[in-house]
Amino acid sequence: MNKDQAPVLVCKDLCISYYTRAGEIPAVVDFSLTVKPGETIGIVGESGCGKSTVAMAIMQYMGANGGIKSGSITFKGRDLTQLSESELRSIRGAEIAMIYQEPFASLNPSLKIKTQLMEVPLAHENISKDEARQRAMQMLSDVNLPDPERMMESYPHQLSGGQQQRVVIAMGLLSNPSLLLLDEPTTALDVTVEAGIVKLVADISKKFGTSQIYISHNLGLILETCDRVFVMYSGEVVEEGTIDSLFTWPKHPYTHGLFACIPLPTADKNAAPLKPIRGQLPLPFERPQGCYYHPRCDHFKTGLCDLERFKMVHVENSAADHRVRCLRYKEIDHHREVPGGEAKEAIELGKRVLKVSGMKKYYEVRDSSLRALFAGKRIRQVKANEELNFTAREGETVAIVGESGCGKSTFAKVLMGLETSTEGEVRHNGKEISEVAVRDRSAKQISSLQMVFQNPFDTLNPSHSIGGQISRVIKKFGVETDKKKIFDRVMSLLDTVKLPRDFYFRKPRQLSGGQKQRIGIARAFAGNPSMVIADEPVSALDVSVAAAVTELLMDIQREHKTTLLFISHDLSVVRYLSDRIVVMYLGHILERGTTEDIFAPPYHPYTEALLSAVPIADPEVTKREIVLEGNLPSAMKPPKGCPFCTRCHRRIGDICDNDLPPEQFVVDRHIIKCHIPLEELCLVLPVITVPDVSERLHVELRE
Amino acid sequence: MLITTSTTEMPTAGYGAALLRGLKSFALLRESWVGMVGTALVLFWVLVAVFAPWLAPFDPNSSIQPFAKPGVEAVKVGGTFWLGTDHIGRDILSRIVWGSRTVLIYAPLATLCAYTVGILMGLAAGYRGGWVDDILSRIADIILSFPVLVLYIIIIATIGASGINIIIAITFASSPGIMRIVRGLTLDLRNRDYVAAAQTRGESDWRVMLVEILPNARGPLIVDACLRLGYVIITIGVLGFLGLGLPPPDPDWGGMVNETRQMAMAFPHMTLFPCIAISTLILGFNLLADGLREISLRD
Amino acid sequence: MVTLVVKRIGFMIFTMIVVSLILFLLLETKLTGDPATRVLGQFSNEEQREIWREQHGYNQPVALRYVKWLGNFATGELGESIRFKGPVADVMFPRLWNTAILGFVTFAIMIPLSLTLGVLSGMKEGSMLDRTISVFGIITTSVPEFASAVMFSALFVFSLKWLPGTSSMSGGFEFKQLILPAMVLIVYDFGYVARMTRASMAEVMTSQYIRTAVLKGLPYRSVIVKHALRNALIAPFTVIMLQINWLLSGVIVVEFFFAYKGFGALILEASLNNDIALLEACAMVAVCVAVTTQTIADIGYTFLNPRIRFS
Repeated sequence: MNKDQAPVLVCKDLCISYYTRAGEIPAVVDFSLTVKPGETIGIVGESGCGKSTVAMAIMQYMGANGGIKSGSITFKGRDLTQLSESELRSIRGAEIAMIYQEPFASLNPSLKIKTQLMEVPLAHENISKDEARQRAMQMLSDVNLPDPERMMESYPHQLSGGQQQRVVIAMGLLSNPSLLLLDEPTTALDVTVEAGIVKLVADISKKFGTSQIYISHNLGLILETCDRVFVMYSGEVVEEGTIDSLFTWPKHPYTHGLFACIPLPTADKNAAPLKPIRGQLPLPFERPQGCYYHPRCDHFKTGLCDLERFKMVHVENSAADHRVRCLRYKEIDHHREVPGGEAKEAIELGKRVLKVSGMKKYYEVRDSSLRALFAGKRIRQVKANEELNFTAREGETVAIVGESGCGKSTFAKVLMGLETSTEGEVRHNGKEISEVAVRDRSAKQISSLQMVFQNPFDTLNPSHSIGGQISRVIKKFGVETDKKKIFDRVMSLLDTVKLPRDFYFRKPRQLSGGQKQRIGIARAFAGNPSMVIADEPVSALDVSVAAAVTELLMDIQREHKTTLLFISHDLSVVRYLSDRIVVMYLGHILERGTTEDIFAPPYHPYTEALLSAVPIADPEVTKREIVLEGNLPSAMKPPKGCPFCTRCHRRIGDICDNDLPPEQFVVDRHIIKCHIPLEELCLVLPVITVPDVSERLHVELRE
Repeated sequence: MLITTSTTEMPTAGYGAALLRGLKSFALLRESWVGMVGTALVLFWVLVAVFAPWLAPFDPNSSIQPFAKPGVEAVKVGGTFWLGTDHIGRDILSRIVWGSRTVLIYAPLATLCAYTVGILMGLAAGYRGGWVDDILSRIADIILSFPVLVLYIIIIATIGASGINIIIAITFASSPGIMRIVRGLTLDLRNRDYVAAAQTRGESDWRVMLVEILPNARGPLIVDACLRLGYVIITIGVLGFLGLGLPPPDPDWGGMVNETRQMAMAFPHMTLFPCIAISTLILGFNLLADGLREISLRD
Repeated sequence: MVTLVVKRIGFMIFTMIVVSLILFLLLETKLTGDPATRVLGQFSNEEQREIWREQHGYNQPVALRYVKWLGNFATGELGESIRFKGPVADVMFPRLWNTAILGFVTFAIMIPLSLTLGVLSGMKEGSMLDRTISVFGIITTSVPEFASAVMFSALFVFSLKWLPGTSSMSGGFEFKQLILPAMVLIVYDFGYVARMTRASMAEVMTSQYIRTAVLKGLPYRSVIVKHALRNALIAPFTVIMLQINWLLSGVIVVEFFFAYKGFGALILEASLNNDIALLEACAMVAVCVAVTTQTIADIGYTFLNPRIRFS
């Protein structure tokens, strides 16, 4: 790194507050940061930790009620907080550019891409329109967008999410800025698309020499893109250091807590389960005295941690510039607690609960365009599910993995009876259910197959109290009929999901996301179900909350021997908690097998790409890089042959385009749907290589 | 996580708490001065309507002394015509006071009817979709394609002018608009997970619509109801003004303007005061709606 | 796009037919009272009514009468007005022209005014200017047309004596007489359009793409003109087109009050005098104008919105 060069950006003792009617809310406290030329800085933290506020402060775009209370932001020797609006204008876009979380919302819907790109150099440099156009075209091909000519003439909505984000990145780079801010640039994208953007971002500083600040909640992504990382908690930085140093020897208990919450490849649901951080993130105006983290810290010492605020200190014996905001970091021996939480007993699998055989679900979509009318093809079929086959046993966790549009949610709807299947059968406890709509199912049938929903913010009806909503389920399922008994049952369910009993009278808006999700779980388990479908139950939650909810779900499952059908796009969570995995793509099951089968060769090429796309927050785990080309095809126009043929990196020829691949049996219950001969697939090297515990860096150091 | 060990007794946090919450959200209005002014205006007229018999100095329908200017003493019966009298000698203040009753009975009633029809249609169209939606939406489109007043004129011309008929006409003409709003809200709300949760536990369609969806649409609907109430008052006033309103002699603000407007040049008080009355009442509802909207956007 | 235009026009024709059917059922059949009684009055005797029915073909089957009636309409044969003792067309079209003049003047002033005010207050939501415009808008929209007509007359005619109190144009066209009716219409309606524009503008100003534009370092003018207005004016366009529908209501009150010889006053007169042929013709024309503007609004909306245009 260019250590001698003058820093691009220096934030010094920055305090940022929002002023609301409730009073002043300190969003960021005592924030210092130095960005050197060509360096990529990562800022990581859970929601509400103030990481986006930092980005907005650097841009000097705080809104009417936000303001910098003290401290300075010096960009190339000029204090941004002191500049006039017109001086800022000459810096924004030209010297500092920003990439946003939602690419679609960030682009103007009624202007062509070319207008939006060309106006950047036109506003900042004295150049002709032709030249601006040339630059825009060049930049579009630099961010690996196919057919820049066509892109230039398109409107944002005509592009896919990944393409839109590439356009936003191109827009940011057009005036060759010295600093690029990226605020969760891949959160809204699918995993395999994300992988492409991450690679592009990682190449930017090499190619253009741009310094970057990368904001994310995902430690794995930070590891893949950054040189240095800042961990934020409740408005302050608690630890900073180079990637190697911080990821290998984290010092702050919070950083440690975060790692213990992430399902790393070393975690195991029975031997080494996740260890959630207890308690909740304090609200900005309820922050405790002393260390903000102390109420949740396992190493808290009365009379030391809860007295006054303290500065970041340089970690002793650390060659890199590793700093931590903890008084006791030297005394804490984190290795003693590794790995994770207490070991738990594995569930024994029982009888077969679910059998899906040859299930298909087609939707009919009316095409009302004139062309379709004249061609007589007014009704088009969307094949949401194509030939699904798999089984699940009592106490087993089966994960369905896939990106958006793969048909996993449709399948859940058929199971729940909200849709009926087109063909094939689904047997739950021996009874055919795929063609029985929910209104035709008996209360017993309904209560034995329940669901936990994805979005914590609308899983509960905001108009009714928690108690009322759970009571209704109990009454509806006929578990209890007596008023008093129903109430008792609600109380015991609240105990089960580890929530205080007085939540009975609360309204959903008084609950945090994690608490709502717990109520969602309580509701699903109200009727003693034999099987529960969990549709991305933790994807919208922060890591520490997600870990707690995941563990809770599995504890209840263990206790009730419930079959869990876990729908997710996140392979690391899936690897951690499931026994068997079903990989779906555009309505097809491309591969299914036990978790070990899926994570070891032979792979289906799509599984291989998915595995490679998952960011892993462990610097010693090595991954083979596979970045898929192109977009997810629309479910309206799937490819004729293998559904994956348009993006496959192992395509063998026309057969892939024209014929549906056969199911190849690797072993019993491990099936790969691919044209490539099994022998060849077996030769593929593993995607993820996890070093043995004894080979690990920190172990060597201790000895 | 903490587990509080409370007894499993059923505490009584019932209607008292709900009432308190309702009052609290009303108290929020204090933070919007627009909403406060609106509430004050509406409250003023509601009180006037309630206490009309005690507030009105004279019988609103008896002719006492024609063409009296404001402040003139009543010669025969004693007392003062604070706002003057009209061409047949009826006290304008008394007519305005009693007229507030007419307006505040018919307008809320008509709005309520329109809302009942509109909400049911909107829920059905938005939740059921398909052909139900197609048919209901087409009907709404057709009704809404009439210029409103033309529609009223045609309806009143064919079924005649009376209180009930005005309510029918208003229900007919405004429920499609309400239906569109409810339909839009329902289309959004029906995709929420809690609706899916209700469906997956086998709740009936009506329960899902009325218990799961409708309560969550109340925010925008309350604001709209206030605006629409103001609009219905305008409509009743305009119908009265055009001579299509409530049959005489009972006082009706719009009708009062109609009856006396020929004399507006010489006796402006006859028309001016009913106009001020109706305008302030409508203003009250519109300001209230704006205040409610401002508050609902805050949290 | 073509599909949409064809569809919209198809629906427009469908609406017109349904409306004609409703009008026919309401006014020409016994569904809501005997048309003969309605025309001849309550004090006519049965004999007179029978003669009238015979003369005007009311004894034929309903379906046949409807088809004939609709055919006459389509060919421009609008019937005879009882009140004006002449062909409906001769009475109606000059009146329509007068209303068009009034409407044009109203729109020519109201639209630029309300768009400017709406954009200005939406640009800086919560500012002093925004609040002032908002409250002023609410106040003017709260005064019904007949009330503001009374108040303006009291002020400009009675007290100040600046303007004439009636607009009958008996001595030929005089612009001065148009001022009060137009003013009443503008005052009542500009608040609504301004508030719609404001809401749309305010929403756009908080959108992420405006943030993108600001953070690109574009001049404020360019952010507003190039990025904000383009999106913010799509919704008001529809609102403005639909105001024509509203105008057809508003003119009834205003024309009645100021004795302006326009289309609105004519509808009212037809209805108060049970002039069925005239009422039918006027209603059909009113609905036709309303539906046409709605169709234009819909098509225009899609045309202005590239998200719908290219999908």
